[in-house]
Amino acid sequence: MRMRPIPASQLLSGRRGLAGALALLVVGLCATHDARAALQIEITSGVRDPVPIAIVPFARGVAADGGLDVAEVVQHDLEGSGRFRALRRERMPAMPTRADEIAAAVWKSAGSDYVVVGRVTGIEEGQLAVDFELLNTLTGARVAAQRFVGAPSALRNAAHRVSDVIYQKILGVRGAFATRIAYVAVDGSPPAQHYQLIVADADGANQRLVLESRFPLMSPSWSPDGQWLAYVSFETKHSGIYVQLVRSGERRQVSARAGVNGAPEWSPNGRKLALTLGGSGGNADIYILDLTSQELTRLTDDPAIDTEAVWAPDGRSLYFTSDRAGSAQIYQIPAQSGAHPRRITFGGGYNARPRVSPDGSQLAMVTLDNGVYRIAVQDLASGTVRVLSHGRLDESPSFAPNGATLIYSERDGERGALATVSTDGLTGLRLKAPQGEVREPAWGPFNP
Amino acid sequence: MTEKASMRRVMVVLLGAASVALGACAAKRPAAAPPAAPAANEAAQGSGAGSANAAAGADEEAAGPQAGLLATHLVYFDFDSSEIKGTGTDVVAAHAKYLGGHPDTRVRLEGHTDERGSREYNIGLGERRAQSVRRALLLQGAADAQLSTVSYGEERPAVPGHDEAAWAKNRRVEIVYLAQPLPPK
Repeated sequence: MRMRPIPASQLLSGRRGLAGALALLVVGLCATHDARAALQIEITSGVRDPVPIAIVPFARGVAADGGLDVAEVVQHDLEGSGRFRALRRERMPAMPTRADEIAAAVWKSAGSDYVVVGRVTGIEEGQLAVDFELLNTLTGARVAAQRFVGAPSALRNAAHRVSDVIYQKILGVRGAFATRIAYVAVDGSPPAQHYQLIVADADGANQRLVLESRFPLMSPSWSPDGQWLAYVSFETKHSGIYVQLVRSGERRQVSARAGVNGAPEWSPNGRKLALTLGGSGGNADIYILDLTSQELTRLTDDPAIDTEAVWAPDGRSLYFTSDRAGSAQIYQIPAQSGAHPRRITFGGGYNARPRVSPDGSQLAMVTLDNGVYRIAVQDLASGTVRVLSHGRLDESPSFAPNGATLIYSERDGERGALATVSTDGLTGLRLKAPQGEVREPAWGPFNP
Repeated sequence: MTEKASMRRVMVVLLGAASVALGACAAKRPAAAPPAAPAANEAAQGSGAGSANAAAGADEEAAGPQAGLLATHLVYFDFDSSEIKGTGTDVVAAHAKYLGGHPDTRVRLEGHTDERGSREYNIGLGERRAQSVRRALLLQGAADAQLSTVSYGEERPAVPGHDEAAWAKNRRVEIVYLAQPLPPK
């Protein structure tokens, strides 16, 4: 269930009738909410001069909002990005709910460059409307005003969409708060472990169990439309690749061939999967599976371990890990049989698990850096490599759809946690499960 | 770095699950562990969540032989290596001899790695180790039909821990005897 944005122009011209009509098209759907304890967020680094902003509690006109504090969700999003510093509520000079009630000079002297105000109101058919306005206290200008309409169950999503707009208006980059992540959670001590595939909001809240198993689940990958997950399951005591519709749970097995079935990655057009097959001889190579025709195309044929293929955004080539030169390194190969791979990484003794930025310009990977495994980003044009993370066993990097942030997994003491780092290296946070470990995060696409 | 340290603001926020139980949507917890074992491929419809646990079948495990070296079902490896070494050589030879003398007995060779490096690469490495043991068994008397391989990479460690002592125990191939014999020829 997604909240539907109403452009500010419609809102400003008072066309609320249209907003109501659009709301009727929004079909309510209850998400399955899990009672598991939520992930805990720890901000690990931020920029030196975060933007000072005041997010005033939204006016609430209906009981149907379930008590969700929209302003608090927006504040968590913006502060979690490491680029904003929010004014504490007890220090706010007033509690306006409309931009025309804001005395800009008063907020400016309270230290806030921007003020956010808003309202949650009930409209027909049980729908809620979230209106918000963003005011620049230096100029007194209203820089954003927008309405989101949807079912009460989508209120948290609406809050994230408010954060997205604020982030974009102030920083010039589309926010990725209203997106989702998939990850694997593991409970229990080896060798008796319990595996869960989970989908959550990008801030770790609103978790939903997708699949659970006594056997390993790994390598979740989002379809480009955000409807499906592909993953590896060992439920038959053998590896198999499955695709599953997140909303309904409907799923099917797409590969359970002899030997390794691993590393599924959706093509940019959603019609194919890149995957790793080992065959009965055990030699892992890269293949492309056409999901409609079931036709299999072999891309690599080398005695080395070739695996972890990922598509370039234009779909014309793939990057993958291979130890064909003696140690794991990353190669690029055109997406057609008989093509020859080209080596991409040269620094250090181990570079693996590539992921390409949404604009195709950068490669994120796991790199062996002075004896520890860290997340690095290589600029594909210049070859320059920057190590972004600071752990010992960091792995599984995944780009946010806006390209501004990477999520990855790390080992925090005895447990695996998720962490994010901005691609400029300046901001980061950690998402920790109260028990067990979480790993293999995959950041989903923008939602329509 | 010092700048970063001075910037370090630790804010622990419990994102309350309570706040998401909205409106008419009743909070619903999918099947708890350990779940009943429905047939694989049958995801529970409606809840959006499924349970993937195989029913018992042809892959059911047996204790296997326990005399002498046969009591050892583990073969260990060096970091990023699939070469059988030291006592592993003798263990594999003993199992090869046993399998040669019991041609209807089946084993599954489960390859594992330590936690270092990327997960899918480790699946490849675990498979390489299982294949290394498979080839050694074939060369010393076992038949191809008796052997299957699977790699779990770093996903199923034998022991917890994040140091060399734990890693050394996790870089292994497990020789798992299966309950169901090969059908007679």
